[in-house]
Amino acid sequence: MAIKKSDKKIKGFAIQFMPYTEIKYLGSAERIKKILDIAFTNSILIIQGRLRPEEESRLIEDTMAMIGHVKNFKGIELAVISPHGNNQSPIEKFKNKLATRLSGGDLGAVTIIGPATVIKEIKQDPKKIELFLNK
Amino acid sequence: MAMKGITDFFKKFLPKIMRNKKDIKLGFYGPPNAGKTSLANRICKDFTGEEIGSVSKVPHETRHVQFKEKVEINYKGKSMTFKMIDTPGITTKVDYEDFLKYKVKKNEAKNRAKEATQGIIESIKWLDDMDLVVVVLDSTENPYNQVNITIIGNLVARKIPVLVVANKSDLKTSNIKRIEEAFPEYPVIGMSAKYGKNLDDFYEQVFKISKKVK
Repeated sequence: MAIKKSDKKIKGFAIQFMPYTEIKYLGSAERIKKILDIAFTNSILIIQGRLRPEEESRLIEDTMAMIGHVKNFKGIELAVISPHGNNQSPIEKFKNKLATRLSGGDLGAVTIIGPATVIKEIKQDPKKIELFLNK
Repeated sequence: MAMKGITDFFKKFLPKIMRNKKDIKLGFYGPPNAGKTSLANRICKDFTGEEIGSVSKVPHETRHVQFKEKVEINYKGKSMTFKMIDTPGITTKVDYEDFLKYKVKKNEAKNRAKEATQGIIESIKWLDDMDLVVVVLDSTENPYNQVNITIIGNLVARKIPVLVVANKSDLKTSNIKRIEEAFPEYPVIGMSAKYGKNLDDFYEQVFKISKKVK
């Protein structure tokens, strides 16, 4: 059977940027729902800032709960790059903590989240993140 | 007066005595196939004669949290009793097709994937119950994996002491220094759970940190 041009579907993905203000005033459950809803649409999400550690683990829990329940969803790839490295002096640490408190989040960080069906792997080191996409 | 003295004595020391009797809950966390069960088995076998669980090259072999109660570890004339808790490996994705590469049948692979996702949820839920956590990492892999960072971040947020094990030091591509650089705030022990290499350093650190927990 011949396939009509109009029937052809373009397989692809979108990249979406989310400023921190979009999630700043949301509760943890709402933040995670918002992120996962975007991942379900085959989009790669780049978020200004980062989630709190307990939100990251909740994101993993909710992701696992959705595998097998959302069609073709196999999980996510997640990476965070932060300008605040591991080798900070106590003064730097204090300054960064204070800045994070005042701004309501680590705005210097960038979080990348995408569906595992789109992102094959994220290679990460303290200075860069490399995204490898599935063919 | 004497009665008051006795009461004060018990008030002061009884809680300490009771707390010391409680076993330290020692958790093994990390990504899949890092060697958590291999390490837990090595310790359990040495001190109880029994293993905690089975190991396999197929990822997600441990799909439920498994325990070994009353593991009394003796090291350099000292003794401490632990409740060992071996947890399923944490990851952000589970695809049943990955298991097919290991010649696992399709239905079995789908079932394994389902159990693996539930196991990961179970692992995370157990975080709150730990007294001390050994984060087991594969020293041949890149440590800057967000799952590793998330696990350690959660332990720090919960004020649970962390000991990092850079496992598989027997392999040629092992890079313990890279793990030390990635997690400079935590003690890192390079070891091989498979061959029992460097277990003395591991027990030394476990005892040192456990004293602070008690």
